[in-house]
Amino acid sequence: MKAIITIIAVAALASVPLWLRDPYLLNALITTGIFVIGAMSLNLLLGFTGQLSLGHIAFFGIGAYVSALTSLGFDIGLPGGLRLVHTPWPPIAGFVLAIVIAGLCGYFVGLLSFRVRGAYFVIVTISFAEVVRLVALNWVELTQGPLALTNIPSIALPLPGLSELTLRTKMQNYYLVLVVALIAYLLIARLVHSHFGRAMRGLMENETLAVSVGIDVTRTLTIAAVISAAIAGAAGSLYAHYIRIIDPEVFAFINTVTMVIMVISGGKGSLAGPVVGGLIFGLLPVALRPVMAPEAQWIAYGGVLIAILFVLPRGIVPSLAQRFGRRRSRATALASVTLAETAAKEPA
Amino acid sequence: MSEFLQHLINMLVLGGTYALLGIGLTLIFGIMNVVNFTHGVLYTFGAYIMFIVVQQLGLNFFLALPVAVLAGWLLGAAIELTLLRPLRGSDIDTTMLVMIGAWIAMQSGALWIWGGVAKSVTTPFPEAPLVLGPVSVSWLRLFVLAAAAMLILVTYLLINRTSLGRAMRATFQDHDTASLMGVNVDMIYTSTFAIGSSLAAAAGALLGPVYVIFPQMGDLAAVKAFAIVILGGLGNITGAVVGGFILALAEELGAGYVSSGYRDAMGFLIIIAVLIFRPTGLFARAERVG
Repeated sequence: MKAIITIIAVAALASVPLWLRDPYLLNALITTGIFVIGAMSLNLLLGFTGQLSLGHIAFFGIGAYVSALTSLGFDIGLPGGLRLVHTPWPPIAGFVLAIVIAGLCGYFVGLLSFRVRGAYFVIVTISFAEVVRLVALNWVELTQGPLALTNIPSIALPLPGLSELTLRTKMQNYYLVLVVALIAYLLIARLVHSHFGRAMRGLMENETLAVSVGIDVTRTLTIAAVISAAIAGAAGSLYAHYIRIIDPEVFAFINTVTMVIMVISGGKGSLAGPVVGGLIFGLLPVALRPVMAPEAQWIAYGGVLIAILFVLPRGIVPSLAQRFGRRRSRATALASVTLAETAAKEPA
Repeated sequence: MSEFLQHLINMLVLGGTYALLGIGLTLIFGIMNVVNFTHGVLYTFGAYIMFIVVQQLGLNFFLALPVAVLAGWLLGAAIELTLLRPLRGSDIDTTMLVMIGAWIAMQSGALWIWGGVAKSVTTPFPEAPLVLGPVSVSWLRLFVLAAAAMLILVTYLLINRTSLGRAMRATFQDHDTASLMGVNVDMIYTSTFAIGSSLAAAAGALLGPVYVIFPQMGDLAAVKAFAIVILGGLGNITGAVVGGFILALAEELGAGYVSSGYRDAMGFLIIIAVLIFRPTGLFARAERVG
């Protein structure tokens, strides 16, 4: 049943560029898709280990900057009069490096910030993201600061036996984002259903109990943080090569909040949650644009976040699943009662 | 040396308002266990009240400060009654996200009402600064320091010398027992949030005329308040005052001797360093209200 829904959803998403010709809507779908990947990676931490990281955009932004700088090249001075010169590499190398370096950053941040929990963990992660933003803003020699990195090349796929395929059109980029999102989804699904996934959920439910049955909490959390950061880095890289211009505003706190809203509204701890929540909140501005001023849109955004937490605190997907699940179980119960009655009536 | 003295003077002025911000947040965080993301918006709100009273209504500058304190108190009480009271008993992440939603909505509301253009307030103080030997300080900044010191003193007396303050301290230590002893815990929560919010609004009303007033001015203020609370320890008022001055000193020295671009990074670096090396704050033993 679940597999059928997934296949239908993927097929529906894959067919979109075939009938949707409006470039504005397609663009909104691509950027939404990129943020959905980010939201899925955040869900791995928030939904399956219970750690609310509000600095998640840092890994997205680091991925974007690493990928952009790898494919643009740079020439910076180091202490001691040395110079570090990097000649441009193909964008696909930037994509790989973005994943690796974002993952490494996730390792170090995890190592430091998992020493504290709750509100303190949240504040450490926010601080990390803000420090990275200030570095991106002030290290002008490397990042151009507020002037932004421009003319970032589009991703080019090396095809075996053929020349490179540079992904320039919106349709090509749509399919690229869809494929990366699918890979991320399958990876997270596999992880969550593994032994490691049970360890994660175990420590989310009761950390003391998890420790007592031999789960290495810090190691489990750090591995989750590395994978989560690496996926966010991949999303950042896609963003950089699609938008083709990156400035320090990519690290803005509001971008983390957007991902958190996607996860919470869809349902944290549910695999499909961030996808559903992401599509709703990614496309909400498109729907609101003709009727509301941008400031009013943000007021609505905040209002909707509060409303969801009051009305559907567990998120859309788990609430729906519970409703349908209950109906189905009642139906099964009724059926068994009827069976029992029939059995009783029937003469042996 | 004179440059260093000048930094110290600036630190005193900045530290006073930071202490106000920190006390407000440490009360809310400590007593209610709410990570209050609307604290920065209340700071912005106070600054805009200053702007409305002085620039738009043309009333007295010194009248604007009590008006801002009162307005902050009312808005804080309204937030507590509508958003936090129904969520009593839910986990800290839920209330934190609700506070983030309120912050986004209110900040965008400020942008909608007043626009993104920065506003400034004309003050009754003379342009020429007060020169003391090698250092100079403007009269406005001296007033800010004096007003902040007075508000800190009032808050201290409120917490330590009144029955409301005693009930707040009891609720901080154990809200169930306080409730059994006849303390109206709901009322204490509303008062705490209102007092904390009015202190944030006062800080905004004081610093607004020193700098300029714009809708996003509260974002950094909120983070700085968190840094101060973490530095001073949860619920520790003296810690918040000391933390406010330490943060101001770190910012002044960082901006003066490292790079002005990293002035605002100091708060974040302090948060990271304190939580890694001394997670209970610098004054851990005194971790209680008052």
